[in-house]
Amino acid sequence: MDWRDQGMLLAVRPHGENSVIAEVFTRGHGRHLGVIRGGTSRKLAPILQPGAQLDVAWRARLESHMGSFTAEPIRSRMAAVLNDPLRLSALSSLCATSAFCLPERESLPNFQAETEALADAIHSGKGWLSAYIFWELRLLEETGFALDLSACANGGGANDLAYVSPRTGRAVSRMGAGEWADRLLPLPECLLGGPITLDGARAALTLTGHFLTQHLAPSLGGRAFPAARTRFVEQVARA
Amino acid sequence: MATDDLSDLNALIEMMAKLPGLGPRSARRAVLHLIKKRDTQMQPLSRMLTHVAETARACLNCGNISTLEVCSICASEKRANGQICVVEEVSDLWAMERSGMFGGRYHVLGGTLSPLDDIGPEALRMPRLKDRITSEAVQEVILALNATVDGQTTAHYIAGELAHTGVAMTTLAQGVPIGGELDYLDDGTISAALSARKEMPR
Repeated sequence: MDWRDQGMLLAVRPHGENSVIAEVFTRGHGRHLGVIRGGTSRKLAPILQPGAQLDVAWRARLESHMGSFTAEPIRSRMAAVLNDPLRLSALSSLCATSAFCLPERESLPNFQAETEALADAIHSGKGWLSAYIFWELRLLEETGFALDLSACANGGGANDLAYVSPRTGRAVSRMGAGEWADRLLPLPECLLGGPITLDGARAALTLTGHFLTQHLAPSLGGRAFPAARTRFVEQVARA
Repeated sequence: MATDDLSDLNALIEMMAKLPGLGPRSARRAVLHLIKKRDTQMQPLSRMLTHVAETARACLNCGNISTLEVCSICASEKRANGQICVVEEVSDLWAMERSGMFGGRYHVLGGTLSPLDDIGPEALRMPRLKDRITSEAVQEVILALNATVDGQTTAHYIAGELAHTGVAMTTLAQGVPIGGELDYLDDGTISAALSARKEMPR
């Protein structure tokens, strides 16, 4: 069994003395693992950093085996963000969240392209915070926990939407919320097409964070959500 | 019976094979070599292993490995120059010492923040670092962490945690290694080197 594809490196972990197990979010084969022999060498280790764009060739005797990758670098996204704590934590959170949430070996071509586009935005520093927030909404959608922000769950159409139900993920208008308002999650305007502000970004990350940690994570076996996202949210809160 | 005769040797070979850089074949070669040089190498090695196993410990101050409670670097008054170099592991401290360029003290974190390995701030030796900044009148903290995502994430985290102390914080430069050729460097290193370019002396 073998194939060749391109993708973004999400994580590497040591395997034996000289090798690593790499997680790559590929275009045609989804999130895929493989051993890279010599991955801790001076030549390969600088290339195998989270966020790197790789050309990988996967080979295994059987489809069910983990198999091994040979990897060639296409471009690194790390160097440009190393001195920017906010963008570095965003890239780290993007990779850790993807590695945690995405199914293995399931092709998600559209979402993969959106993930690479976000990584490129973080690398370039243009419009990345807004892109990150909408990427988390798309992640919830891809994993079956989509938020419905199109209309009020209590009727009343799309006007004056101000809250989201923490249980159903549906939007609720100010009038529809009534006395339940304090039990609902605030819906920031930036998620309804308004301009992005730091306060709005914090509120949006709190909203998506609730569904990632309280709904999605329990469905994946109840493991703790990656701390990299928490650190990113803290960085945004401090910005 | 032959297996029983060799069981101790096989156990030794198996243990040696677990050491970094050794496999079963090289471990067997090393054990045979030690047996041949029983008096001159094996017994001194055995005594030294026993001695170090009893005495080696982490320095209470910096985390360096030493046979004393406080390592020689921390004990030396000459090294109290107001600089602390923060490194990830003891091997990094030894690498810095090999260069002979740094005259201050060290602080070994014992790892870096790592989302994959679930290593959080509580696993690093941060409280001790904060204590040392006050007790040793530190004026500069040099963050000598690896130029990796995890290493630099940790560096930014430490910088944030120590911001209120008012101590100067610096980090190692990134760029072209001595003897390096541009053609063989990855694009990330080249862009880091270009960003950190300096004026040419005239």
